[in-house]
Amino acid sequence: MKDLKMSYHVNKKGYYGEFGGAYIPEMLYPNVEELRLNYQKIMEEPDFKSEFQQLLKNYVGRPSPLYFAKRLSEKYQAKIYLKREDLNHTGAHKINNTIGQILMAKRLGKTRIIAETGAGQHGVATATVCALMDIQCIVYMGEIDIKRQAPNVARMKMLGAEVRPATSGSKTLKDATNEAIRDWINNPSDTHYIIGSVVGPHPYPDMVAQFQSVISEEIQWQLQEQEGTNKPNYVIACVGGGSNAAGAYYHFLDDESVNLIAVEAAGLGIKSGKSAATSALGNEGIIHGSKTLLMQTKDGQITEPYSISAGLDYPGVGPMHAHLFQTKRAEFIAISDDEAMNAGLELCKMEGIIPAIESSHAFAVLKKKPFKPDDIIVINLSGRGDKDLETYINHFNL
Amino acid sequence: MNRINQKLQENKKLISIYFTAGYPEIDDTVTIIQNLEKSGADIIEIGLPFSDPLADGPTIQASSTQALKNGMTTELLFRQLESIRKTVNIPLIIMGYFNPIMQYGVEAFCKKCREIGIDGLIIPDLPIDVYEEQYQTLFESNNLSNIFLITPQTSTERIHYIDAMSTSFIYMVSSASTTGAQSGFGNEQKYYFKRISEMKLNSPLIVGFGISNHETFTQATEYANGVIVGSAFINHIKKNGIDNFKKFIVNILNK
Ligand SMILES: Cc1ncc(COP(=O)(O)O)c(C=O)c1O
Repeated sequence: MKDLKMSYHVNKKGYYGEFGGAYIPEMLYPNVEELRLNYQKIMEEPDFKSEFQQLLKNYVGRPSPLYFAKRLSEKYQAKIYLKREDLNHTGAHKINNTIGQILMAKRLGKTRIIAETGAGQHGVATATVCALMDIQCIVYMGEIDIKRQAPNVARMKMLGAEVRPATSGSKTLKDATNEAIRDWINNPSDTHYIIGSVVGPHPYPDMVAQFQSVISEEIQWQLQEQEGTNKPNYVIACVGGGSNAAGAYYHFLDDESVNLIAVEAAGLGIKSGKSAATSALGNEGIIHGSKTLLMQTKDGQITEPYSISAGLDYPGVGPMHAHLFQTKRAEFIAISDDEAMNAGLELCKMEGIIPAIESSHAFAVLKKKPFKPDDIIVINLSGRGDKDLETYINHFNL
Repeated sequence: MNRINQKLQENKKLISIYFTAGYPEIDDTVTIIQNLEKSGADIIEIGLPFSDPLADGPTIQASSTQALKNGMTTELLFRQLESIRKTVNIPLIIMGYFNPIMQYGVEAFCKKCREIGIDGLIIPDLPIDVYEEQYQTLFESNNLSNIFLITPQTSTERIHYIDAMSTSFIYMVSSASTTGAQSGFGNEQKYYFKRISEMKLNSPLIVGFGISNHETFTQATEYANGVIVGSAFINHIKKNGIDNFKKFIVNILNK
């Protein structure tokens, strides 16, 4: 899977430039080390690859279409393609990673799965693959998020997972992640932790990016078929922790003729105190075992972010993205709640697609940035909007 | 020789007490330290509170959250400790997560510790290889012992590496767990204590996590040089205040 070893990929020590590494307590060392020593080898085994690909095809429904959005293209005067991760089983890109990790867990002989979730998308994707493989599944979710995301809590339960409330700290995604890590400390031998994004200690960011890299792999051949070139001029993706963006960028990372745009949630505005725009507001530090950019006080206490979209409501970004930001390989743009909601509604009206609010952030870039008529732009439509209906209803008084 | 190593040479089983700075009240730090020394503690670990303490169980999480609410910061802790060496001689260790230390500046942090008279640091999420590459010289030039953890899952090879890197004692985590009080240890833990003590390491062993009473103290010190009490102490001050810790300590040592 990893055939390129160039500068924007992880290095042998687990760093992207100065970001990454594994800043973990000794209690986690054996678990993380076991994964580090085995993940690449396992991912390259022929039977792993074929099982992964079979499931992506027959269970997830891949390849996901690369759809030429004709009306949007006319309006914004560019060739706009949508990578339809929203059409995957469970409604988002998250399942690419959970399929990969459940197969990894099985090969490592693990019999118990834990995961964290914010909006519940990753929790649902994890509960789904655990049902598929008949493995015990425990999902940590902030007490506040459990109340905000009742339908996804019900889905996880129907799929046989146990949802445990995280009651510490601010009771949201970062605390759910802390609880999952604490669970792993307490259950070091039988448990695998399925992290939901390109965050956490090495090798997680690289492993998750590789599982998600199926997105850019498909974009290459799909674009070749439709445009006669395998390179877009721009790839645009929203960034919470950064997994859908990492997947959409992956095969283009070291080709600087492809412009990468990372879209963060500005919430009520970068300076409002209610924002999740990590690259603008954060600085270097350690969160969840990784050296990266994160939002924190001057004193190094991690702060609580805000976004209308629960999936972007994370106070850090993965180390790959911190590196892409620092080297200016990717352009980071912050989109407010209102801009995102309007862009989402526009996609509904013009292309007949209801996007997840996370993905709506990526579409709002069309209004912010001028493109040339023959620019080929791929927007990663990371998920569908069913889970967000209530937020759309409230926002637009539907 | 620093105060920790002097203490380790005394021929007795040691009791080290952890508390979270800024808890229960913001200004309790100095009083707690003075009263711990008077009450017979051998070493004190001052917890620098963090918003996201990954390795801690509910008791220390709650004390950290409260301490931060009370307004504790790294700067303030250093200010509170400024003249601590005028009143106490007990070995002092700061235990904190790496992010707040990074934000203060690792070098500035170490220098400040030296000025105050801190003897060692425990930073659970600073990996030993990063320490060796980037910070060892800095710590040593400021006379700070960096204290590493081992767990029942730590490999023999890694224990030898940690032993070689240690300049005072090894913090032996009693079981695969986050911090928290336990009432007794099982056979698995006793076997682990024995296995490690039979390795005849250069560094003394102090057992932490789960020490709460005389039984756990006795079980641990059969094989180790001492214990660290954290959650049980936090629970104690929550109920009984901070005036006198004699009974608390005597109950663990002798009862
Ligand atoms: C549809 C969708 N897009 C994006 C994200 C953000 O995560 P990431 O940045 O890892 O892709 C989420 C997270 O829940 C999501 O559900």
